[in-house]
Amino acid sequence: MKKEMLTGNAAAAWGVRLAEVDYIPAFPVTPQTEIIETLARWVAKGVMDSRFVTMDSEHSMMTAAGAASATGVRAFTATSSQGLLYGFEMLYAVAGWRVPLVMVNVSRGLSAPITLETDHNDVLAARDTGFLQIHCETCQEVLDSLLMAYRLVEDERVLLPLIVNMDGFYLSFTREPVEVPDLETVRNFLPPYQPKHAFFKASQPMAQSVTALGGSLYSYFKYQMHLGSQKALDVYKEACVEFEKAFGRSYDTIEGYMLDDADYVLVMTNSFSTLGKAAVKRARENGIKAGLLRLRLLRPFPADDIKGALNGKSAVAVIDQNISIGKGGILHSEVASCLCNEEQRPLLLSFIGGLGGKNISPGEFEFIFTEMIRGIAGEAVKPLQLLYTEEEWQEMAILKRIAGKE
Amino acid sequence: MAGNGDIEAHSRKGVKNMEIERIKSIKDLPPEENVFPGTPACAGCGALLGLRLSLKALGRKIVIVNAAGCFTLLTLYPYTPFENSWLYTAMASAPAGAQGVRDALDILLEKGRLDPEEDLKVVVLTGDGAAYDIGLSSTSGAINRNLDFYYICYDNEAYGNTGFQRSGATPFGSKTGTTPPGSVRPTGTELPKKDLFEIWRSHKPPYLATISPAYPVDLINKFKKAEQYKGPKLFIALSPCPPGWATDPSYSVKLAKLAVDTGVWALKEAVYGDVTHTVVPRKFKPVEDYLKEQGRFAHLFKPERQEETLKKIQEMVDDYWKGHKLLL
Repeated sequence: MKKEMLTGNAAAAWGVRLAEVDYIPAFPVTPQTEIIETLARWVAKGVMDSRFVTMDSEHSMMTAAGAASATGVRAFTATSSQGLLYGFEMLYAVAGWRVPLVMVNVSRGLSAPITLETDHNDVLAARDTGFLQIHCETCQEVLDSLLMAYRLVEDERVLLPLIVNMDGFYLSFTREPVEVPDLETVRNFLPPYQPKHAFFKASQPMAQSVTALGGSLYSYFKYQMHLGSQKALDVYKEACVEFEKAFGRSYDTIEGYMLDDADYVLVMTNSFSTLGKAAVKRARENGIKAGLLRLRLLRPFPADDIKGALNGKSAVAVIDQNISIGKGGILHSEVASCLCNEEQRPLLLSFIGGLGGKNISPGEFEFIFTEMIRGIAGEAVKPLQLLYTEEEWQEMAILKRIAGKE
Repeated sequence: MAGNGDIEAHSRKGVKNMEIERIKSIKDLPPEENVFPGTPACAGCGALLGLRLSLKALGRKIVIVNAAGCFTLLTLYPYTPFENSWLYTAMASAPAGAQGVRDALDILLEKGRLDPEEDLKVVVLTGDGAAYDIGLSSTSGAINRNLDFYYICYDNEAYGNTGFQRSGATPFGSKTGTTPPGSVRPTGTELPKKDLFEIWRSHKPPYLATISPAYPVDLINKFKKAEQYKGPKLFIALSPCPPGWATDPSYSVKLAKLAVDTGVWALKEAVYGDVTHTVVPRKFKPVEDYLKEQGRFAHLFKPERQEETLKKIQEMVDDYWKGHKLLL
């Protein structure tokens, strides 16, 4: 099949178009805006039979998207960074409504200081909300994940909203060859949404999102959400099988790269995994048995798959493109929690890198492998390290001098 | 089916000047009850009375989109006092929720996935905290997009559900939990009440009205009139709040009536921005008659009368009516 050169944002828009989404409430925010502009153009030209509304804020946008989903249509929205935070209250609300909304987040570092390029503090802030999360490495994966997402969340065993995440700039504005599937194949994979649990119609009045006072009542609904999310692991795997049958591409919850016989493993997510894979290849050329584990499905957390992939390895370095101030890497904590009871657990190191789109250089990857090897040799290695190169440090010194802060 | 509502509806063109079948007396009120008793609302809740009357006019084929406030506690799992549908959203964004519901219903109707008989009116229901303060921008957005919806604001002039703190709707001179009168600040609330009617009117919605639970005939006729318009139909109901206003529950209707008879609460409507006063007292009672009945204004009278403040409140009311040439 012919491939087109598409940005991550355009690939997302194609996913929405092929999923025949009914409703798109939107609000612009860099670097996501290209998605909604593309959809608005298609709606205006009549090539998409959807309703597009520019809302007055992300909080309103999330509310409208969730409310439409609760009324029984297939809805989509997109945001990034500050926008995700502005609408944050509604993430918990919409997840609690148990409606199958799908949203794209284009990751971008959070203010302050205000910035534009990517890291994952935005999307990971949403990890406890009830939204499922799929994190993408390539533009093709963005399109494909949107199709998988609707099938997954509209399943009666799940009924939770979902975020498809991609990196701002590195993926959102980077063109890659993308295969755009034909509509008929998509329709076979993704049947129309027919809500049985949440809708509004005159003959069957329904009170949705009602107050629940008392801990046992509240806990019941929260536990239900958790169990639904856990169930989504099975449903996800079923969807993977069907997706591969229909489109010939396969996406497991995690992706291993040169992992099977590896001793030293990088754990990464999103587009920087491509840098990590290149580093693994170079390390192999230098005789290091390196590998990489990319986490793709972050919610529900595929703990068993991760355990299976990392158990018995010598050392694992989690490279977090986020920082929990005062603690360290968020994914390091999550990986550690699923390995801590394993008898053959690897040495687990934590590195912070790529904040605000900062590059992770080949030298830094070499340093990470060296640290893993030193650690295994019994040398003292710091459990958490903040990546910053000598060159970056010198550049920063110049900027500080200009700012009058010697 | 792209777009945010038709532009035509923003203008007077195309509006049928339908003759409204007005009711004449309280005996003509629709007998059906759409808010059932047994709610957790406080005794004498003026807002609940206003809602009961409003839903007599709106009927049961509605979905209420609610913002955080007293009435969020009306639907309390597993109970609801309504025969109609309900969606609680959040404090700031009920009008955005209404947008999502209305748009989704329209999509389903247009695509033939919903029988027109199953269609619902979308009704936003919020307190004054949501309407005057935290939800003002989402309301402005919904009106600007010419969303076809009703908005009922039950205005008890403070954050009532949290125990009565000052909101943008709190009038000058009122005591609240966050504006307590003290020796340094004896007035209590020093800021004037925001004029939400004028803020909303600046958007030129098809229909906008103030209502009172003590004037049920006026209330019902306003809903009847609003029905002919497609687009935002907005209602602000002054709602006596016995715990917050520190009044006896049996007094709520009397107070709501006094608010109108003293000129404190002007009953009016605006069609595409043109204002008409629907109830003008033949002779205005002194504002003091209204104030002295309420604990929230008690500090203006005791331990000593705050003459300047009382005079200023009366002047504010007089200036309003003089401005409209309804008081000479």
